[in-house]
Amino acid sequence: MKARVTVTLKPGILDPQGKAIEGALRSLGVAGVTSVRQGKVFDIEIEGADRAGAEAALESAAEKLLANTVIENYRIELR
Amino acid sequence: MKSAVVVFPGINRERDMARALRLISGREPALVWHADASLPPGTDLVVLPGGFSYGDYLRCGAIAARAPIMDAVCRFAAKGGLVLAICNGFQIACEAGLLPGVLMRNAQLRFICRDVYLRVERSDTPFTRGYNAGQVIRVPVAHGEGNYIADGETIARLEGEGRVLFRYSSPDGMIDPNWNHNGAMNGIAGILNERRNVLGMMPHPENHVEAAMGRTDGRGLFAGLVDHYKAAA
Repeated sequence: MKARVTVTLKPGILDPQGKAIEGALRSLGVAGVTSVRQGKVFDIEIEGADRAGAEAALESAAEKLLANTVIENYRIELR
Repeated sequence: MKSAVVVFPGINRERDMARALRLISGREPALVWHADASLPPGTDLVVLPGGFSYGDYLRCGAIAARAPIMDAVCRFAAKGGLVLAICNGFQIACEAGLLPGVLMRNAQLRFICRDVYLRVERSDTPFTRGYNAGQVIRVPVAHGEGNYIADGETIARLEGEGRVLFRYSSPDGMIDPNWNHNGAMNGIAGILNERRNVLGMMPHPENHVEAAMGRTDGRGLFAGLVDHYKAAA
């Protein structure tokens, strides 16, 4: 099974990297960009066909390591 | 004082730390490998040193914080053992839940490698008894992610409980945004945990401990720890 975990900064957390990217897009002349927030994407392969088990494993992966839940949110998608 | 310096893959300040500890405590510290499950018996002080554990992959300190030795370090801290977490060690301690908050990318997005001034906020702790409250010391920093942040409630608790030990300041001890090199909230450079036995700080006191280094401002921290254990013995 393939899964994707997306980790993003919580709203209100200052994102200096996002700000720098936003500035760079502006200086490249990309029109209409009003805000950039950067994050991380993890593409994960899980063995077996047990969706509930895979979801539990991914939840545990996100909580224990992939995200720092003090500053980040995560979203799990199983395909 | 029997100290143990934890070595994670990618750490590069463990020798500086070991040298400072040897010089000031007169005792060779144990270097403990991250994959070990226990600390040497009789350890008084555990140090999480600076460097770039796991190349700062994922988040600074995130992978090291889950290393086997960290269970032993957390148990040691839970029993009241003193833990000194410097730079990457501070990031590891935050990721491991030993200290609250997070060290984010420096506000101006640059790696900072220079001397900074720190105001010592209080002297009644094992870590700062070698200084006077309000004293300003000059020590190096070398980090890209030292911008301390926490939620409002955590900051209020840290401040209210007097758990901020070091703040970035001007040479005469003024707290001023111009001297806050990385944008840390309230100029926070070093904090204590709730039990006051874990200190996390971004600057490197171990790099200013002997005349050959140019300055000895960092010596007070180690000398204070040695005194603490002498007084306790």
